Amino acid sequence: MKARVEVFLKQGVLDVQGKAIEGALHGLGFGDVSGVRVGKTIEFDLGSADRAAAEAEVKAMCERLLANTVIEGYRVEVA
Amino acid sequence: MTKAAVVVFPGSNCDRDCKTAIERSTGAKVEMVWHQESELPDGLDLVVLPGGFSYGDYLRCGAMAAQSPVMRAVSDAADRGVAVVGICNGFQILAEAQMLPGALLRNAALKYVCRAVGLDVVNAQTRFTAGFAGQREVTMTVGNGEGNFFADEATLDRLEGEGQVVFRYKENPNGSARAIAGIVNAKGNVLGMMPHPDRAFEAELGSTDGATLFQSALASA
Repeated sequence: MKARVEVFLKQGVLDVQGKAIEGALHGLGFGDVSGVRVGKTIEFDLGSADRAAAEAEVKAMCERLLANTVIEGYRVEVA
Repeated sequence: MTKAAVVVFPGSNCDRDCKTAIERSTGAKVEMVWHQESELPDGLDLVVLPGGFSYGDYLRCGAMAAQSPVMRAVSDAADRGVAVVGICNGFQILAEAQMLPGALLRNAALKYVCRAVGLDVVNAQTRFTAGFAGQREVTMTVGNGEGNFFADEATLDRLEGEGQVVFRYKENPNGSARAIAGIVNAKGNVLGMMPHPDRAFEAELGSTDGATLFQSALASA
C-alpha cells in the first residue's frame, strides 16, 4: 500500500513561511490570496495489505515522529 | 572530581565549545559521547546536549536526534536526577524528546539571529542558576533560526506558575512566547535554553555568565 502523510502547523501557530509567501504573492499582484499555510508531504510504501491496519500504523508514526503534535496537525491517506 | 558528558550528534557543532567551557569553568572531567551509544559513562553529574544542526535539521530541528539510542540513556539519567542541559539545538532535542514541554518554531522575523542578548534570571532558585545569587540579569549570545519558543497558553501559565521559566529575553529576538529563553522540567534537573552559556565563559568572550551556570550545575552534584 502507498501512504501519504501531510503535516501542517496547527491553526493558531504562526506560520511565518506562509506569511512571507503570502506577502510575495501580493507583491506579484495576486492580491486576493489569504491564509497561506506551508506544510510538507511524506510518501512511502507499506507492506501491509490491510487498509485499516495500515492507517492505524501510519497514525502511530505521525504521533511518534512524523509530526510534532505540540505544533503540527497531520492528514493520512492510505491507498 | 565531578564528571560531565557532552553528547555528539552528527551535525553538532558546539560540542567542543561545550567541553572547553565546562572544563575551564569547573575543572570537571568531560567525556564526549557519540549518539549511537546506548549507555552513558558511569558517575555522571551533568549531561550536555550541544548546539548545532543535528541530522541537518531533517524533518524538524532535533526530531531525528531525539530518536538516537543515546537519548534513552539521557532520559534515564534525568529520571535518576542527573542534571541535563540542552543548549540551542540541544533544547530543540529535549523538546522533541518530550523531556521538556513546548516546541521551537521558525523565528518570527524569519531571520537567523546571532548576537548577544540580555536575559532576566526569572528563577534563581534552580540548580542551574543558584550561582547567580543576587544577579538578576545576565548576558549570553544566541545563534538560531528556529528559537521561537511555543507552547499553548495553559502550558505557559503552568510553566510560569511553577517557576519553570528560568530565563527571559529582555528584548525578544525571535518571537518566543512570553519572551521565554530557557525552561526547566517540573523536577528541576533538565534545563533547555536557546542562549549559549558555552559562548560566555571567559571575559574575552564578553561575558562569564555561562561559566556561572556550569559551576552551579556541578556545585549541587
